[in-house]
Amino acid sequence: MTRVGRSTDGQALSGPNPRDELVDHLPALRAFALSLTRESASADDLVQDTIVKAWTNIDKFQPGTNLRAWLFTILRNTFYSARRKTRREVSDSDGIHAARQATRPEHDGRLAMNDFKVAFEQLPDEQREALILVGGSGFSYEEAAQMTGVAVGTVKSRANRGRRKLAELMQMAEGEDLDMTDSATLAVMAVNHPVSR
Amino acid sequence: MNTKRDDRKRAALEKQIDENLRRVYEQDASQEVPDRFLALLDQLRKQE
Repeated sequence: MTRVGRSTDGQALSGPNPRDELVDHLPALRAFALSLTRESASADDLVQDTIVKAWTNIDKFQPGTNLRAWLFTILRNTFYSARRKTRREVSDSDGIHAARQATRPEHDGRLAMNDFKVAFEQLPDEQREALILVGGSGFSYEEAAQMTGVAVGTVKSRANRGRRKLAELMQMAEGEDLDMTDSATLAVMAVNHPVSR
Repeated sequence: MNTKRDDRKRAALEKQIDENLRRVYEQDASQEVPDRFLALLDQLRKQE
């Protein structure tokens, strides 16, 4: 009850009230929620739950530490505990994603953002999470490990597996001509060379 | 010599992947925050 930073009025000693800073993190929270839920209605519900939890548990936040990391942790824990409760629903939606996987992204020199998103959404939750934390929002592997409650090596291997899977999907989409100007062309030239006169 | 080409290909792909990840995240994070969240914060503040 007497914790510093707990009071909402005279908070001279504890600096700014983190509750007042929640609003600054809403866009990032929504982006993170979208990457986990892959769907905006559930993402917004998740953000709403996160705001309420953060507000009521603000005394558990340690002033001076990374508020965004703290909020992201609440959000992903909420996401995973809800998912555990609705396992059946989740496996159904995985079926839908597997079906989407059968649709090949459009053949294009560069992979379009939409195709990338479709590929990204096919990754397992843990890989999407690791990639969006480290690759998307710029947290360090160490921070991401703390936030997700696993070892640094686990975050790294999740991110790398995710990247490898995305690379596979992207290569599948682009066929052999990933960079025509370069290795693929050289390969064709090398093959043709002995025949040319 | 295939390996070198594959390595280069993979490095280029990974760079593109991380760029795309950043873009996906930034696109989502640059959306306007729905009023419902601001209203929720207001409501929480009043309940204090």
